[in-house]
Amino acid sequence: MKPAVAELKDVRRVYQMGATEVAALDGISCRFGQGEYWSIMGSSGSGKSTLLNILGCLDRATAGSYSIRGREVSTLPDDELSALRGREIGFVFQSYNLIPQLDVLENVLVPLQYRDDPPADAEERAMQLLRRVGLAERVHHRPTELSGGQQQRVAIARALVGDPAIILADEATGNLDSKTALEILDLFDELHREGKTILLVTHEPTVGARAERTLRLKDGKVLEIRENRATAPGAA
Amino acid sequence: MKHGFQAVLSTGVRSLLLHKLRSILTTLGVLFGVASVVAMLAIGEGASAEAQEQIKKLGSQNVILRSVKPPENLASNESTRVSAYGLTDLDLLRVRESFPGVRRAVPVRQLQQEVRWGDRVGNPRVLATAPDYAEVTGRPLAEGRFLSPEDERRRLNTCVLGYEVARYLIPFRSAIGEQIKIGAEYFTCVGVLLPRVPLSGDPPAPGSEVTGEVFLPLSTGRLWFGDTQVKIRSGSREMEQVELHEIVAEAERPEHVPLVAAAAREMLSRRHKQKDYEVVVPLELLLRAEETKRIFNIVLGSIAGISLLVGGIGIMNVMLATVTERTREIGIRRALGAKRRHIVVQFLVETVVLSVGGGLLGIALGLLIPFFVEWYADMRTIVTPGAPILAFLISAGIGVVFGLYPAWRAARMDPVEALRHE
Repeated sequence: MKPAVAELKDVRRVYQMGATEVAALDGISCRFGQGEYWSIMGSSGSGKSTLLNILGCLDRATAGSYSIRGREVSTLPDDELSALRGREIGFVFQSYNLIPQLDVLENVLVPLQYRDDPPADAEERAMQLLRRVGLAERVHHRPTELSGGQQQRVAIARALVGDPAIILADEATGNLDSKTALEILDLFDELHREGKTILLVTHEPTVGARAERTLRLKDGKVLEIRENRATAPGAA
Repeated sequence: MKHGFQAVLSTGVRSLLLHKLRSILTTLGVLFGVASVVAMLAIGEGASAEAQEQIKKLGSQNVILRSVKPPENLASNESTRVSAYGLTDLDLLRVRESFPGVRRAVPVRQLQQEVRWGDRVGNPRVLATAPDYAEVTGRPLAEGRFLSPEDERRRLNTCVLGYEVARYLIPFRSAIGEQIKIGAEYFTCVGVLLPRVPLSGDPPAPGSEVTGEVFLPLSTGRLWFGDTQVKIRSGSREMEQVELHEIVAEAERPEHVPLVAAAAREMLSRRHKQKDYEVVVPLELLLRAEETKRIFNIVLGSIAGISLLVGGIGIMNVMLATVTERTREIGIRRALGAKRRHIVVQFLVETVVLSVGGGLLGIALGLLIPFFVEWYADMRTIVTPGAPILAFLISAGIGVVFGLYPAWRAARMDPVEALRHE
């Protein structure tokens, strides 16, 4: 069994809606191993987004425990939570979420900028990643000058630059045409082969099926955890 | 990669450049506020320096007693009469002998006499005075000497010309040794004074008219011209009898000035039945000028303060709008590891860049205003090095004070909510 990168134990997230309490997550337990490729699926209202926020350290569980690399997250103060996001989570969003006034290279460098000890070779590292995603020629372009697929590649480079424990992709292909979406998914496969841990949140079965395993949610509970043997590493 | 503050600063500047017009309009309030601070200080300093200089010329250690013609008796309708008023030799004696803290006192008589050299004629002020006059009133010589005790004692026909009079009467050579006709008598010129920087109260010199003064010994003046003077005014002849027109009393030390002034006022009010005198204390004028300057500064300072406040509120308003507009960016940055303080610093830097930018432009404008004021209004202005520094610090302070709230609002946002914001 591979060592756990992230582990959820009986996680609950309760929202207060006026007088009533709504449990968006109702006792989720799951263990994400080092280098695994997961998809997290479920229809809208299943608690997908809430789980994503907790996995991404943007939100804290009301009860239960969540740990990353053995470190308990649910009790961390805000500043340490921010530092943890910067170090351990690489976000890839549906709408790319690049910062419009920064150029491509600067966008990739943002996560390192907020570290207390930015690495000396940050720029080289960012350039290497941009070459890797095929955007070496565009480093000084603004996000608005790029296509959606290109923007998402920049976002992936940005997610990778801090060498995080988890790549957390939220409907990363949702805004792309099918051809570009496939290219992005191929890139994820590649990263998986290199040993990155990837969690892909999606509602599209075809996308979800590309992952090794699928965590399916319904009404804030785990519906099933399934191995997708058809797309084992290398099969793509 | 640019590190730390440099990166934050360049990001801030770029965010502002994204909305150039908005940024420029936002800085205007601070710009005008700072410009008015700088200009106000320069004009205030200039005015105060000018006032102080003028008062120093009168002699800050002096108390001046002056004869003033008392209000005319309306009941008298004689066309010819002699009015006797003003300071007397006895007053001078009292000032000299019984006043505490007086070093010397100089009498001045003003004569209505024509001054002539060859065919050149003028009507400058003719003053009969004592040898100490030049020293007490601080009038240095250009050449020759001033009146001497010998001249006074022997009632010699000697005179000293003011620079302007000397240039007017004898334009192309030294006036020393020349015979100057004053009234009906000839006087030998023994000295010429340096030109006096004109005080703002002086009448301007129109074409042929002579400004400046001619000095002769008091005793000689009495000998030839007496105490009675005839003024011919619109048909009526008026005769005035004045012993002394002015007594300049010099205090031993500046601290004695108020004492001497009080003694002079007391003595004159006791000895004179009517108010035919005035006491001028340059030091009091100096203090009054200081007080005027202080009030002036308070008024202008409040106006500048209000415009700076309005400017600051304008910046805060725009920054609050900016924060709302960039909610999503804040969410992204928070997701990528920015702590609350990073967000605070980012928006604070932008606000300070705006206000300091406005401040620097304001300083430039504020330095131009005194230049134009000097050019057009002929007012003196002095830019002290402290003024631009003060203005700079004020503008930076405004950025911090009015930037804190928007920055705090930005930092307080929930990252989840911020990321969801469209």
